[in-house]
Amino acid sequence: MDTKTEKIIHDEARNLHEEILKKHVPSLDFPIRSLDNVTYDKKKGYFEIGDKVKERTLSYNTVKTFAQTIRMMALSYEIVKKNDIATKREAYYVSKNWGEARFSEQPESDTVMDDIEAHFRLNREKLGFIPEEKGGDVAGKLVVIDKDPATGKQLQIDCTKFGSGAYSIPNACEELKFETSARFILAIETAGAFQRLVKHNYYNLANCILISLGGVPTRACRRFIRRLADDKKIPVYAFVDGDPYGITNIYRTLKVGSGNNAHLNRFFCVPQASFLGVTPQDIIDFKLKDATHPLQEVDIKRAKDALKNDPFIKYHKPWRDAIEQMLQMGVRVEQQAFAKHGLNYVFEKYLPAKLKNPAKFLP
Amino acid sequence: MPPKKKAPAKKSSVTHVTKQAKDSKPPVPPEKSRPESATEADRMATKQREISVSEFFLKNRHLLGFDNAKKALLTTIKEAVDNSLDACEEAKILPEILIEVKQLQEDRFVVVVEDNGPGVVREQIPKIFGKLLYGSKFHSMKQSRGQQGIGISAAGMYGQLTTGVSTKITSRISAKKPAHYFEIQIDTARNVPTILKDEIVDWKKPHGTRVAIELEAKYQKGRHSVEDYVRQTILANPHVTLTYLSPLNEKEEYKPASKQLPKAPREIKPHPHGVELGILMKMLKSSTSRKVKAFLSRDFARVSSRVAGAICKAAEISENSWPKAIAHAEADKLYRAINATKLMKPPTDCLSPIGEDALLNGIKKNVEATFYTAVTRPPSVYRGNPFQIEVALAYGGKLPVDELVDLIRFANRVPLLYQQSACALTKSVLQTAWRNYAVEQSKGALPSGPILVAIHMASVWVPFTSESKEAVASYPEIIHETRLGLQECGRRLEAFIRKGRREAEALRKKDYIKSYLPHIGIGLREILRFKDKDEKKILDLLTDILERSRE
Repeated sequence: MDTKTEKIIHDEARNLHEEILKKHVPSLDFPIRSLDNVTYDKKKGYFEIGDKVKERTLSYNTVKTFAQTIRMMALSYEIVKKNDIATKREAYYVSKNWGEARFSEQPESDTVMDDIEAHFRLNREKLGFIPEEKGGDVAGKLVVIDKDPATGKQLQIDCTKFGSGAYSIPNACEELKFETSARFILAIETAGAFQRLVKHNYYNLANCILISLGGVPTRACRRFIRRLADDKKIPVYAFVDGDPYGITNIYRTLKVGSGNNAHLNRFFCVPQASFLGVTPQDIIDFKLKDATHPLQEVDIKRAKDALKNDPFIKYHKPWRDAIEQMLQMGVRVEQQAFAKHGLNYVFEKYLPAKLKNPAKFLP
Repeated sequence: MPPKKKAPAKKSSVTHVTKQAKDSKPPVPPEKSRPESATEADRMATKQREISVSEFFLKNRHLLGFDNAKKALLTTIKEAVDNSLDACEEAKILPEILIEVKQLQEDRFVVVVEDNGPGVVREQIPKIFGKLLYGSKFHSMKQSRGQQGIGISAAGMYGQLTTGVSTKITSRISAKKPAHYFEIQIDTARNVPTILKDEIVDWKKPHGTRVAIELEAKYQKGRHSVEDYVRQTILANPHVTLTYLSPLNEKEEYKPASKQLPKAPREIKPHPHGVELGILMKMLKSSTSRKVKAFLSRDFARVSSRVAGAICKAAEISENSWPKAIAHAEADKLYRAINATKLMKPPTDCLSPIGEDALLNGIKKNVEATFYTAVTRPPSVYRGNPFQIEVALAYGGKLPVDELVDLIRFANRVPLLYQQSACALTKSVLQTAWRNYAVEQSKGALPSGPILVAIHMASVWVPFTSESKEAVASYPEIIHETRLGLQECGRRLEAFIRKGRREAEALRKKDYIKSYLPHIGIGLREILRFKDKDEKKILDLLTDILERSRE
C-alpha cells in the first residue's frame, strides 16, 4: 500500500543493524512533543515542532522501551506491507505475544506508537495504526462522497438526511470528497448546543455545516474540517464555552494543533478557523453576567499558564487581552447560558448578531 | 583437674569471710540492765550462732549456679574446666581436656573432667576440692577464669548434697612422683574437708588432675546444653585439645586451631580507684607496711611516693600513721582523698585477649557463614580495673535468616550461658544502632538476621552480677567499649552486605537486559528478513555493547 512508509521503516532498521554490527551503541531520536518545543508562525498557521529531541540510546534503563519500539516498528512494517490496519487497542494486544517485551497497559503501547510517529514524522494512520476515538458529528448542507467498503462503489452521503441524528466523521478521511454550497462551518463544542441547532434546522436558516467537536477535537475531526474548508474554501467558526478550557484547549487545538502531536500538526489543524464565541466581552454585550460561574482554581491556572507558555496565545494580542479580561472578570460562561434569555435565543439572536461581523472574531 | 586454687592461699582471707558471715548476724545482745528485756534477749541469744559459708551457700545454691538440675550439670563441668584451663596455662602447658558425662539413673550423672595440667600437691588437694572460698585467684589482680575459689568445691558440695557421694580426685605433679587419689566430702557446718580416702594409685598420666563428681542433674540438648558450652569454649580457647563424651556415648573431639598458648596474663597491684572502702580497710589492716605513705605506694598500682604524700595531705592524715590504726579511725577520709586524687590509669598490658586471628579461627570452626570478622579493642579501664573487649561476627551461610542474632558471651574466655538479658555485653548489642549497618532491628530488641555475635571481655576482675558468673555488671565504660567493638564489626558487615547487594543488583540487571535484548533481534529480523544466525550475532553484539556501556 504505502511503499514510502515501508521504505522508511526498512531504512531505519538497516541503519540500526549496521550500527550494531559496527559495535556502536544503537540509538533512536525522538522530537520532544510538548508546548516547550513548538513554534507558532501565523503564516504557516499551525504549531510547528522545534528541534529539541530526546535520544533513546540503548542502555539498562532503556532496553525495555527500546526493544518494544523495534518490535512495534516491525509490527507497523508488517501491517503496511499487507495493506492492513490495526487499532491502537489491537496493537496493544498483539504485544501480548511478545513475552517479556509485552505491554502491560495500553497507554504504554500508545506512547511507543506516538514515539514512532514522531521519529518518522509520519502520522500513525500512515503507519497502519488507527485510533479508537470517535471523530465528531456532522449535520447540514454537505454531501460527503465516500466508497462502499464492500463493493468500492461510490456513495453520496447527504448530511441533511440524518433527521435528528448526524453523520459520523470516519477515522480516515483522506479519500473523501465533498459537495456543498454552505457559507461557513460552525464547529460546536458541546453535543447539547449542536442538538438544539440541528433540531431547529439552523443549518438551513444560516446555510452552514454544523460539526459537533465533542470536547477537544480528535485528529480525524480536525483533518475532516481542514480538508473540507480547504477544498471548498469556506470559513470555520468556533462556538465553544467561554472558559480557559474552551479557548486554550479546544479552540487552540482545532486551529493550530497540540503540543503532543506537534510533529503532525501540519495535517491536523484548521488555520482558517476563527473564534465566534463565547467571548468574555459577550458576557457584557449579551447580559449574561448572572448566568456565569466563578473561575475555579484550575481555570485560573490554565489561563495564566496559557498567557505565559502557549506560543499561540502569546502571539495574538487580542487573545491575551481576552484572557486578561476573563481573569479580571473572574467568571466563565457556557455556550448554553443563552437559555437564560429563552431556549432559542442562541440561534435567533446571538448567532445572527455575531455573524453580522465575522471580521471581529478573535483570531 | 585443677590447681585453680593453687597452694599458697592466705589463710587470713578465709577467716575473714567467715567473720563477715558472723558480722551479718544481729548485734550481740546488750548487757543486762533491765530484767524484763534481759529475759527476751537471753531467749534470743540461744538462737544466735555462727553460720558457716558452706551452710550459707547450701541454702543459697542459686547464687552459685545450681538453681536447677540442668544448670547444675553445666555449672559443675564449667567450674572443673575453668580450673583445668587456668592451671594448664599458668604452668605453660597446652591444655588437653577430657569431659565425660555418664548417666547412672534418670536424674543421676557423673561428671568427669581430666586435664594434663601441673597437678596439685597432695596436701592441698583436700582444701581445694573440699573447702569453699579457698583459692589462689581471689587476691590477685590478674586475668583468670576462676575468681573466688568457690566453684569446684561448691560443685562437689552440690553432688554430695544430692547424691551423698564423695568427690573423687586423682592428681599427679610429676612422672617422678606418685599419683594421689582422694575421696573427699565437705563438713558443711565447719567448711572443712573430710577425707574419706587418701591413697597412692597407678595412673598413666605423668602429670594432671582428674575430678569425678556424682550429682543429681538433667541432660538436655539444644540451648544451654553441654554441647553448646563445649562448642563455645573451643571458640574462645582455640589452643585447647578437647574430647567430650556425652551420656549418649557420642564422642566429640576438637583439635587445637593453634598450638600457641595465649600470652600469659600479668599480675598487677590493685588500682586505688578500683578499691571500695571495705577492701581498703581490709588492706590497711593486713598491710605489712608500717607507714601509711609507704602502704599507698607499695600496695597499689600507679601511686608514687609523691602522690602518696599528696593523698595523705588531702586526707589530713600524717604520712607516718600506722595503717592498722587508720583502718579503724580515718579510712573514710583516706578513701575520699584517694578518689579525689587524679591518678594514672592502671597498666593495661597485663591482659591476655584471645586476639583477632584466633577469634576468627574459632568462629570459623564454629559456624558456616559467608562473612567473618573480629575486632580486639585496645584495653580500657573501669573503676580502676583494666579490661579489654573483643567482638567477633559471622554472617550468612547456614545461620538462620529469620531469627534474632545468636549472641554468645565470654568473660576471660569462659562462655556465659545464662542471664543474657542482665548482661552488660547484651545491653551493648541492644544499644548499637544495627540499622545503620544494613541489619534489621526492632525497637529495644536484639538485631535479627543470619548473624552470630561473640563478645569477649578480658579483665583482671570481671564484675559479675552474682557469684554464679553469668552476667557482666553494667559499667558505662564496659558498655561503651563493647559498643565500639560492635560498631567496628557492624561497619565491616555493612560493607559486605552492601557489596553483596550490589552484586545481586548487577546480576538482576543482567537478567533484565537478557530478557529484552532478543526482542531487538527479532524486530530487526522481521523487518530485514535476515537469517537466524545473524539474529544470534546481533544478540551477542548487543550483549557485549551493553556490558561495555555499564562498566
